Amino acid sequence: MTVKTATGAPARLPGAAAPKKGLWAWLNKRLPVDAFLSASATGYYAPKNFNVWYFFGSLALFVLVMQLVTGIFLTMFYKPGELTSFDSVEYIMREVDFGWLIRYLHSTGASAFFIVVYLHMFRAFLYGSYRAPRELLWLIGMLVYLALMAEAFMGYVLPWGNMSFWGAQVIVNLFGTIPWIGTSLVEWIRGDYGIADAALNRFFALHVAAIPLALLMLVVLHLVALHETGSNNPDGIEIKEKVGPDGKPLDGIPFHPYYTVKDLVGVGVFLVLFALVVFFKPGLGGLFLEAPNFEPANPLSTPEHITPAWYFTPYYAILRAVPDQRMGALLMLLAVVSFLFLPWLDRSPVKSMRYRGWISRTALALFAVSFVALGYLGMQPAEGLYVMLARIFAAIYFAFFLLMPFYSRIDAVKPVPERVTYHAH
Amino acid sequence: MRTDRGRGRRGLLAAALLSATAAATHGAWAAEEAAGSPEAAARFGADWQSWQAANDVSDIPSVQRGARNFVSYCLGCHSLKYERWSRVGEDLGVPPRLLQQDLLPPGDKPAQYILTSMPAADAEAWFGKTPPDLTLMARARGQDYLYQFLKTFYVDPASQTGANNLRLPTTAMPHVLSELEGLKRAVYKEAITGAEGGQAIHQQVFDHFEQIAPGRLSAAEYDGFVRDTVNFLDYVSEPTQTARRALGVWVVLFLLVFTWLAWLVKREYWKDVH
Repeated sequence: MTVKTATGAPARLPGAAAPKKGLWAWLNKRLPVDAFLSASATGYYAPKNFNVWYFFGSLALFVLVMQLVTGIFLTMFYKPGELTSFDSVEYIMREVDFGWLIRYLHSTGASAFFIVVYLHMFRAFLYGSYRAPRELLWLIGMLVYLALMAEAFMGYVLPWGNMSFWGAQVIVNLFGTIPWIGTSLVEWIRGDYGIADAALNRFFALHVAAIPLALLMLVVLHLVALHETGSNNPDGIEIKEKVGPDGKPLDGIPFHPYYTVKDLVGVGVFLVLFALVVFFKPGLGGLFLEAPNFEPANPLSTPEHITPAWYFTPYYAILRAVPDQRMGALLMLLAVVSFLFLPWLDRSPVKSMRYRGWISRTALALFAVSFVALGYLGMQPAEGLYVMLARIFAAIYFAFFLLMPFYSRIDAVKPVPERVTYHAH
Repeated sequence: MRTDRGRGRRGLLAAALLSATAAATHGAWAAEEAAGSPEAAARFGADWQSWQAANDVSDIPSVQRGARNFVSYCLGCHSLKYERWSRVGEDLGVPPRLLQQDLLPPGDKPAQYILTSMPAADAEAWFGKTPPDLTLMARARGQDYLYQFLKTFYVDPASQTGANNLRLPTTAMPHVLSELEGLKRAVYKEAITGAEGGQAIHQQVFDHFEQIAPGRLSAAEYDGFVRDTVNFLDYVSEPTQTARRALGVWVVLFLLVFTWLAWLVKREYWKDVH
C-alpha cells in the first residue's frame, strides 16, 4: 500500500476512512476520535530503523494490560486476610475453573513485566534514549519502574506464603533504618507491631487500586511525552531534523500500520515463550514461584534463606554487601535513584552506542554484567566469597554512574551519519 | 471389616493398615527377600543425598497406588485439607463406588476435604507438634525431599519415637512404615570436617545404613511403595498439572501459527518501506 496520498496527508486504512456524514461524523463532531487516532497512530511517525530492542516498549504495555485483566479476575476469588489469603489462593488454584491459569498468568506476568522493562531500559542505555530532548520521558519511565517495584512487592505479599511474610518483614524493616523516625514509620506502614492482618489488607488495597491507577497515569504520561519528542532510534539521530516537502520525517513511517503489525509479531514471539513457562514450568525452578511460598506464613519459622523475588535481588545484594545496615539501605536506595541522573551524567557528544568508543562500550558491558551478577548474588546466602563478589560488582555498578561524566566525555566517537541506516529486507 | 461402623473412625487406622497390608502383599514378600542377599544389602544409603523420586504424575496406576498408601499409612495423622475426595476420584479415574468402598473413611462424603480424624490438640500432645498438612508438601519441599525422607528413617534409641531421620534430623514423626521397610541402623565413621586453631576437627558422620530387621516388603518393593506415595503427593500438590501440560501443547502450537501469520502480514506491509 502507499504511505501517502496525493495531498500528502497520511493514508487512511479502509475502515478508518472519515465519511462526511453518518454516525462516524456525528461522533467526531463531539469527540475527536479521528483526530486522536491520526495523531497517535496513523499520523505518528516513528523511525523506520527500529531493531529488536524496540519491541519491549509495546510488550511492556501488553503485559500491563494482561496483569490488569488477570488481576481483576483474581480479586473475584482472592480474600485478603491472615486467615483467608493462603486458602483462597489454593482455592483459585484448585477449585475455580481455569483459576490456575489466571493465577499462573498473573504470577508469570509479574516476572515477565520486569524482564521486559529491564530490556526496555537497557535499550535506552544502548542508544542514549534518555538524552535531551527525552529527559522527562526517561524520568517518567523511571517513575513507572518505581511504581512497578512497589506494585510487585505488595503483590508478592498477598498469597501470604512464608516467603511473602518474611520478605515483607525484611523490606518493611528497611524503613526502620531511617534515623529518628524509622521505628515509628515502620509501625505506621504495618499498622501493627508486626507484619500481620493490617499490613496484608492495606497492601491489598494499594496493590489492586492505588498503585495500578498511578501506574496507568504514569504510562499515559510516558506515551504522551514520547509522542511529543518522537522516538529515538538505534542511530541516535533525530528524524525530525530531516523532513520531506510534505513536512513528514524522511526516515519516519506511520506507527500504524507499520509498527502495529511489527509489534504483533513481537507479541507473538513473547507469548510463545511466556506460554512455555506458564504451561510447562510455572515456578521456573523457584525463580518465579518460590518453594517456601507453598507453606503458609509462619512468624515462628524463618525460611533458610530469605530472598526477595529475582527482580529485586541486584539491589538486595548491594544491601547485604555493606556491613552497616543503615549504609546498606542508603546504597540500595542510591542504586535505584542513580538511574534518574543518567540524562545529566552522560556527556558524550553522540547518543548511540554505535558511534561511541571502546570506553563507553566497556563501561556499559561491565555494568550489565554487574547487574546480572548482583542479581545472582542476591539469591545466594550472604557469606564469604558471595559478599566479597557483591562488593566488587556493587563498586562497578556505582562507578558506571559516578565516572560517566568523565569517560563519556573523553571517549572517542565515530562520525554520526546524516540519515538512519536501514536495509530493506 | 471396613463396614464395621460401630468402631467409628477410631478403628479406621487399624482397618486401613490391615487392608493396605493385604493390598501391598500381592507379590512375594518373604522376610528373607526384604534384605536381599546379606552381602549386597549389608551396606547402602551412602549416597542418600542424591536419591531422586523420579516420579511421573501421568502414571495414573502409580498415583492410584499412592492414594491407597496415603489412606492406609498417612491419613491417620496427616490431612490433605485442600483436596476433596471426589477430586481424587475424578482425576485418578476411581469410580464413585470404589472410592466410597476403598478410600473414603466411613462416614465421610465424597465432596468433603481429605481430613485426618486425629484431633489437632491430641496430635500436639502426643508428638509435640501437629503433623503438617501434606497437600502442598511436594511443592514446598520437593519430591526428592519426600522420597529421601521416607527412605532414611533409622533406629535411634535416643529418640522418643525410637527412630530418627537423615533428611529431617530429630523429626517428631515415628517410622510408621517400619513394618513394611523393616528396621535399619545408621553406621557412622570418623571424618575431618574442618579445622580450628591448627587442629583438625574430627566428627562422626553418617556412612551407610545396615538392615537389622526385615520388613514385609523387599527393598525394591518398598522403593516402589515410597515412589508411588510421593507420586500421589506430587499430584495432590497441583491436581491440574497434567491438564496444564496437555493444554499448553495446543496453546503453544496456536501461538506459533499466529506468530507466523503475523510475520507474513508484517512482511507484506513492510515491502514498501525502503
